[in-house]
Amino acid sequence: MSLLLGALTLGFIFSFIALGVYISFRIFAFPDITADGSSTLGAAMAGMLLVHNVNPVLATAGGFASGFLAGIFTGTLATKFKINGLLAGILVMTGLYSVNLHIMGRSNISLLGSSTLSTYADRIGVALTHGRPLHLMGWEITALEASLLVASFLFVALAGCVMYVFFQTNLGTAMRATGDNSDMIRALGVNDENMIILGLAVSNGLIALGGTLLAQYQGFADVQMGIGMVVWGLASVIIGEALVGTRQLGLSITGAVMGSVLFRLLVAIALRLGLDPNDLKLVTAAFVFLALIAPGLLKRLKTRRPGPVHA
Amino acid sequence: MLEICSINKTFNSGTPNELRALQNVSLTVNDESFVIIIGTNGSGKSTLLNAVAGSFYVDSGKISLGGSDVTRWPEYHRGKFIGRVFQNPFTGTAANMSIAENLALAAHRGRPRRLDWLLRHNLVRQFRDRVCQLNMGLENRLKNPIGSLSGGQRQALTLLMATWLRPELLLLDEHTAALDPKSADQVIALTDTIVRRDKLTTLMVTHSMQQATNLGDRLIMMHRGQIIHDFRGAEKKRIRVDDLLARFEEVRRAELLDESAAEMLRRAYV
Repeated sequence: MSLLLGALTLGFIFSFIALGVYISFRIFAFPDITADGSSTLGAAMAGMLLVHNVNPVLATAGGFASGFLAGIFTGTLATKFKINGLLAGILVMTGLYSVNLHIMGRSNISLLGSSTLSTYADRIGVALTHGRPLHLMGWEITALEASLLVASFLFVALAGCVMYVFFQTNLGTAMRATGDNSDMIRALGVNDENMIILGLAVSNGLIALGGTLLAQYQGFADVQMGIGMVVWGLASVIIGEALVGTRQLGLSITGAVMGSVLFRLLVAIALRLGLDPNDLKLVTAAFVFLALIAPGLLKRLKTRRPGPVHA
Repeated sequence: MLEICSINKTFNSGTPNELRALQNVSLTVNDESFVIIIGTNGSGKSTLLNAVAGSFYVDSGKISLGGSDVTRWPEYHRGKFIGRVFQNPFTGTAANMSIAENLALAAHRGRPRRLDWLLRHNLVRQFRDRVCQLNMGLENRLKNPIGSLSGGQRQALTLLMATWLRPELLLLDEHTAALDPKSADQVIALTDTIVRRDKLTTLMVTHSMQQATNLGDRLIMMHRGQIIHDFRGAEKKRIRVDDLLARFEEVRRAELLDESAAEMLRRAYV
């Protein structure tokens, strides 16, 4: 049971990565792989602040802000300097590796002694349950597990709602239109380059927020923790699209969150069934590969079927 | 008023594919004037429109719009003052977004994009009224993605978007060329109505001699990156399709003459 709860909680935390990847890959059609660096950046920034006894809420906000800044860098490289989007992401991601090491001062820092959002959630949970273990469908769960799950869910729900509203405002709609048809939005007097920069900033801000929450959940920040984040996020987005089957905004956002949770559950099950953790990234990459080529393959299979004979 | 002062544009400069698309083109378009541009293939009609819109910067010369020098203004900056309808119906609208969202983006042309709610009720009501006037049955489909519409419907909406806020200048780049004849007629009728009603300063490129003679108060003919004829006033009103075809024939003959002269010289000297 605690394995299931843990997977759900991780799924909600990883939803932030999925939402960020949804913005860059789906809304802007921009293959932004800054995420691998910015998720660690968020964790490193928040970790460093937490170790220095900064308020966890402020530290989390600091994590978001650092990712936002990283996104501005990638966006600026890609638009103002006309560097290929993929390369711009690689450059920033690579640079961030050193930045992250500098921020943390070493390759990982432990947050076990610091007060974090997790300890906040735990305290609230204990206060609400008076420290008694909870019973869910006959299983005993601790207040800590339950409060972390509820807190991460509330956090994601809030972020999803804010995103849903944001992308229907004047600014947010202009951003979506930039990804859809940049010729059109320029003709309507909008600076599409600024839209891309801002969009990548928001995307990487969310991703860094995910890294921040992950570090506080697992109790440490590590310079390697961001590796594979883009592919994980993409896998979640793809699963989400398969679940909700549409690209409508509200459903897509819900789908990305659902996809992330489902993906974490699948990972937990696979690990339980004996998947070597070392193979996890390979399996994920293979999964994304299959999901990317599946639509094309299906179409080809369909057209190969013999049609009516023309006279 | 649009003033184009001897602009030049060469594509692929210094390569075997060099194309002198615009050669010393000058043109002054008065306010509320509706100018039709025709020309042979590759004569620079669309290039002229794109130069004005800012899709690229001209190599030399000056473009000013409403008294400001816009020569070095980026495309999006000019977009605040210029309404455009493109040849390809896919270019003017965002396919995955709804009709209402597309119109709303256009209704905020040139204004800062802030965190205010886009689809306000009174705005949507205006959309419904104006879309209803198109007689295309789209007023009840405002929430549908624009990609689900036909090319004619998309061009009609793009026209509506381009003129929602009165633009300083309206650029129509063969906006009916990709449509079936019936939709093309509809869009042309709509164009004429809107341009007359709002007294818009308009540049319209077309391949249709019919449109060229029926519409507008001034007609410009381009060839090889230059303006070769400029009919206006009574002369424009008098001009018929046959006259235009005769002018094109003239151009063609002159071209043949050029080629045969070149051939003669080659034989004599090489």
